[in-house]
Amino acid sequence: MRILRKHHRVLIQGITGKQGTFWTERMQAYGTNVVGGVNPKKAGTSHCNVPVHASAVDAMKDGDGFESSIMFIPPLGVKAAALDAIEAGAKNICILTEHIPVQDVMYVMAAAKERGTMITGPNTAGSVTVGECFQGFMPAFNERIFKRGRVGVMSRSGSLGTLMCQNIVSAGYGQSAFIGIGGDPIIGTTTRDALQALDQFEGTDCVVMVGEIGGSMEEDAADYAATMAKPVFAFIAGGAAPAGKKMGHAGAIVMGDKGTYASKKKALEAAGVTVLDTPSHVGDALHEVLG
Amino acid sequence: MNFEEYAAKPILAAAGIAVPASQLATTPEQAAKACAAIGQVVIKAQVPTGKRGKAGGIQLADTPDQAAQHAARIIGMDIGGHRVEKVLVEAMSDIAFEYYAAILNDPASKGPMLMFSTEGGMDIEEIAAESPEKLRTATIDIRRGLSAETAQALIGGLDLNGANDAIADVLLKLYDAYRTNDAELLEINPLIQTRSGTIVALDCKFVLDDSAIKRQPELAAKGTPDRLTALEKIGEDNVIKYIELDGNVAVLANGAGLTMTTMDVVRHHGGAPANFCEIGGEAYTKGKVALEMVLGKPGVKSLVVNFCGAFARCDVMMDGLLNAWEELKPELPVFFSIAGTGDEEAIRMLKERLDMDPYPNMDAASKAAVDAARAGAGT
Repeated sequence: MRILRKHHRVLIQGITGKQGTFWTERMQAYGTNVVGGVNPKKAGTSHCNVPVHASAVDAMKDGDGFESSIMFIPPLGVKAAALDAIEAGAKNICILTEHIPVQDVMYVMAAAKERGTMITGPNTAGSVTVGECFQGFMPAFNERIFKRGRVGVMSRSGSLGTLMCQNIVSAGYGQSAFIGIGGDPIIGTTTRDALQALDQFEGTDCVVMVGEIGGSMEEDAADYAATMAKPVFAFIAGGAAPAGKKMGHAGAIVMGDKGTYASKKKALEAAGVTVLDTPSHVGDALHEVLG
Repeated sequence: MNFEEYAAKPILAAAGIAVPASQLATTPEQAAKACAAIGQVVIKAQVPTGKRGKAGGIQLADTPDQAAQHAARIIGMDIGGHRVEKVLVEAMSDIAFEYYAAILNDPASKGPMLMFSTEGGMDIEEIAAESPEKLRTATIDIRRGLSAETAQALIGGLDLNGANDAIADVLLKLYDAYRTNDAELLEINPLIQTRSGTIVALDCKFVLDDSAIKRQPELAAKGTPDRLTALEKIGEDNVIKYIELDGNVAVLANGAGLTMTTMDVVRHHGGAPANFCEIGGEAYTKGKVALEMVLGKPGVKSLVVNFCGAFARCDVMMDGLLNAWEELKPELPVFFSIAGTGDEEAIRMLKERLDMDPYPNMDAASKAAVDAARAGAGT
């Protein structure tokens, strides 16, 4: 996992679509260094003031090159688009799309692993390097949600991550970076990866982790949290959810005693993480640590 | 999407894995007829859940009369909350040995995982808990597929009663079926070796990846749809995620994580959520049907609305909700928490059209909704 910086050259796959256009304009306005886009049918034209290429491979060869690609691509097109970006030599790929067939996702993950490409998502709302740049559909430009500060935040959910960020700002603090990892069961950047990236990110004094029921990512991250000098706070969504039902996110499902709220809370507390009862408590918790 | 045994086994057969002869029956008469055609049979309840045998849903029959008697008892039985509507009448197998084989999507390796055990017939969770050394696993690079070498290595050194090659061949076919059918899980338990040495799939569990339904329409038509309540069905028809729960505090929010958390906070303040209902920005025009659903649950005493705009804008969602509110004119006490993109505009609209202010955060709004539900339930 690499946190996006403003010097990173960013390619937008699916730049000419409605969502691609809307969010590319906002990313550019905030400071994201968008250098090109991809749409095979509109290659050679310009969109959002950057050149449109036929493929990511072409963008790397004929354009200015890029480090990161962000995808606004429908579910059944993601596999081909991601393999294109990996072949082109992308270092980072952010996949926002939800409902991609899981075998397609696994195919992309295997190809990315071989080439050392870092994947964030799928089914993520993106990430924000506060005051610098962002990727995806995050309201980075809303100053009541994102304000430059010293709290690193990671979340599986976009909406809940946004709420947590807003609570942090209204309590008088700000964030260094926000990483949305996505709500799917199989994702590139895990809770542990994001926690480690924030731990190592400059200007970060503590980390707020927003997890949810299902899978074992929070339990895995607890092992890393135990080694951290920086304080970690966590909120886990879904304590009131019934077992065996997918709660909106494909990954948010409790099977038997696996992936339960209790198991995650226990693992995190054993690692020295403060588990918050509700997201509204984050301000008080930060106050004790940051003053 | 789950597939019952009778719908899952043809997937194995199509991949070249042997399955016993069988016929589906929905009446004792059909079961008797099937038995007459097949011979000695096993009558198996068809329900999308395990533990059928323990519940008495699997019986042996030597004659058509016995088959009819068993079918009459099994059809209509309740197994794990599922009413048995049909039975599979299947040729009895001459079992010498039982094995376990499965392929599933593994979040840890981010690829397919092949599993094999000589402890067939047992619950895989039991094998993993009680004798993990008897469960062999291999992770697979999905780009290269399962090689004959990997399949052989997985069962290497095991005494499979002379059937190693035949079982390795079944594993390769199982992997093909997994790939062809966009499986999330494809499991054979037990995979048997008959006294004559044939390898046969005696049961099959198949879960189709929900995200692949769109590209597998013919296959998905054979699956068992989730059992939905009447309200959940309305949600599905309108592409709104709605899950009916037991409580009396209705919940309406945007985003899966935020909606789950609103339920948690209601619970934290001593209340019981009546539902999970998520509307996003693109679904804002569905405010009316969403509101109808959350209010449609009997016994609901209050409603908490929690919007946190990011991709979905608060003002757009609020407009849809207020339009619905003005049309439906519900009497129910409602409590709002509004934050994020478009919040100022949404708060203004709430004041103008309902003469209400939001609570400062979701805890305050949820607590107020819990208190109102308690007061409402008391009267």
